[in-house]
Amino acid sequence: MTVQIQVQNVSKIFGSKPKSAIPLVKKGLSKEEILKKTNHTVGVYNATFDIHKGEVFVIMGLSGSGKSTLIRCFNLLNKPTDGSIFLDGQDITKCSRDELKKVRQEKIAMVFQHFGLFSHRTILANVEYGLEIRNVPKEKRREIAMQNIETVGLKGYEDKYPDELSGGMQQRVGLARALTNDPDILLMDEPFSALDPLIRREMQLELLDIQERLQKTIIFITHDVNEAFRIGDRVAVMKDGHVEQVGTPEEIIASPANDYISEFIKDIDRSKVFQASHIMTKPNALVSIKDGLNVAVKEMRENGISSVFVVDRSRRLQGIVTIDDAIQGIKENKPLSDLIREDITVVTEEEYINDLIPKALESSFPLAVVNEEQKLVGYILRVHVLSGLTADDVSESKEYVY
Amino acid sequence: MLMISFPDISFEAGKYIDDFVSFLADNLSALFDFIFFITSRSINGLTDFLMIIPWWLFIIIIFLLGWYFKSLFSGVLYGIFIFLIGTFGLWEEMMITISIILTAVIICLIIGIPLGVAMAFNKWVSMILRPILDAMQTMPSFVYLIPAIFFFGLGNVSAIFATLIYSLPPVIRLTDLAIRGVDKEVVESAHSFGSSRWQTLSKVQLPQALPTIMAGVNQTTMMALAMVVIASMVGASGLGEQVLVSINRIDIALGFEAGISIVFLAIIIDRITNGIAEKVQRRGGNQ
Repeated sequence: MTVQIQVQNVSKIFGSKPKSAIPLVKKGLSKEEILKKTNHTVGVYNATFDIHKGEVFVIMGLSGSGKSTLIRCFNLLNKPTDGSIFLDGQDITKCSRDELKKVRQEKIAMVFQHFGLFSHRTILANVEYGLEIRNVPKEKRREIAMQNIETVGLKGYEDKYPDELSGGMQQRVGLARALTNDPDILLMDEPFSALDPLIRREMQLELLDIQERLQKTIIFITHDVNEAFRIGDRVAVMKDGHVEQVGTPEEIIASPANDYISEFIKDIDRSKVFQASHIMTKPNALVSIKDGLNVAVKEMRENGISSVFVVDRSRRLQGIVTIDDAIQGIKENKPLSDLIREDITVVTEEEYINDLIPKALESSFPLAVVNEEQKLVGYILRVHVLSGLTADDVSESKEYVY
Repeated sequence: MLMISFPDISFEAGKYIDDFVSFLADNLSALFDFIFFITSRSINGLTDFLMIIPWWLFIIIIFLLGWYFKSLFSGVLYGIFIFLIGTFGLWEEMMITISIILTAVIICLIIGIPLGVAMAFNKWVSMILRPILDAMQTMPSFVYLIPAIFFFGLGNVSAIFATLIYSLPPVIRLTDLAIRGVDKEVVESAHSFGSSRWQTLSKVQLPQALPTIMAGVNQTTMMALAMVVIASMVGASGLGEQVLVSINRIDIALGFEAGISIVFLAIIIDRITNGIAEKVQRRGGNQ
């Protein structure tokens, strides 16, 4: 995974002489102490982390945590008071005015919380703005802008004005406008928090869809834990200007760095974060289709289970065989292949617990988890699903007897 | 010894100003002549142009403007107003007044909008201009009529000069206010795409600020109109001159006719510029 953005010791301080507070930050004084001593507000406090190419990196925090300040450092709408930000190896904090203009025009585009649309321009004129200021010929920029208007599903609205569109549509315009510049990096400052929940949900899915197709690096700001964990490949949690923890949603839920984060993620809907692969158990008993029934019975006896999955030579799932069927089969001298039941529920590794719950309730056998090649990688018992929703560490939930 | 009366210390500030004005008049006469030439030419040209327009066509134009920017009723009303001014025998005077006001307003915009923008962008400019603007608005107008005569002699140009000083502040102030009032995120989004300063100003900030700037234009126009009588004291012709004449002759009839004509003009100009402001409001950024 290549690193696209390196944030190194970035601090942003607001006040009359921001630089003067930097030594205090370096000494490790808290935000309150610095405010008291120097009357300067620390927006971002010595942040260091990397952002990988093509990932959705979410910066999460409550209002006043410095997340909007931090995101504005990436395109220098806020110039960091101290520290460096390397964008593909180039330190943008040391850019000249022209270099910065180039970076903004070609590498990085931003979507705003309240859309930041130009109300005096039509949708088309809004979307082509980025190209217009780069002096791209009219025909060409029209064409690119129209493509992007289509991408966000606003075809037919290009001659309307922003105030004639609903909030959700306006934010689509914001997104199209950002995409038109074909940036490597997309900055999104709470883009969906001004929208109502249904539209927000829809936009999140659409964003992931666009991300899948275009493979942009997305830096996404939100105060909503559920949103952060739903769309983020990795999440940074901020508090009072500090970046408290950076990690994948699973890592953060599994081992929160401190009490604040535990508190923060208390309300998270775990069923929408944890996937089958996180709660499944690796199969310790397996029967290959070429093995006989005796092997199957032995496996089940040894492991104390009442049914066992049957796979082919390359571990592709064939079905399940129960102990009763197997014993009956031995008596009647049937081959294993005749006794395989195929009425099992198969799920993929990526399925969320949320989607597994109904399946686990309906199925009379454990859920079989397969990977992309249809190979069996694990199984999930009903009790796994439930413990996955509550336990602090899901891997510890082994106290079942099947 | 009680210190009752003010001590015998004198600082003749006025004298220095007097010297300064004389100095300017003596040394920069070429510049003032140039300004005089340009301004008087524009006023005369404008008056001549307005006078070529047949009276009925002019009434129709006013009617259409009123209709488009306000309502059908307003259009008819404004047409009647103009017709009435004609019946008072003040048609030519009205045209002169309109051209003086138009010239003054155009000069105000040419000077005022860039100054307003400069104020919005630079706090030093703002700090320096603010008290000057206050002085321009509160200084009794008669005071600067005198240097106006010094520079430009009696006539319409001096009138324009005096009108400018009085009516320039609103457009400067409101342009400043309008530019600073443009939604922060909208300006940020312009920056985030790598706009240059000029691009941000011309493509985003000015268009977004237009409704408020138009309110300033309306104010400036009204203040210019308010100056027509005072401006007549330095020789401006037009409706204001008629008011002065009526005062000298104690001619109530003429005074009323000229006075009500000014009121009519004020109503028409205010409503139409207001209508323009409202039309641009719809797409503007800060309402």
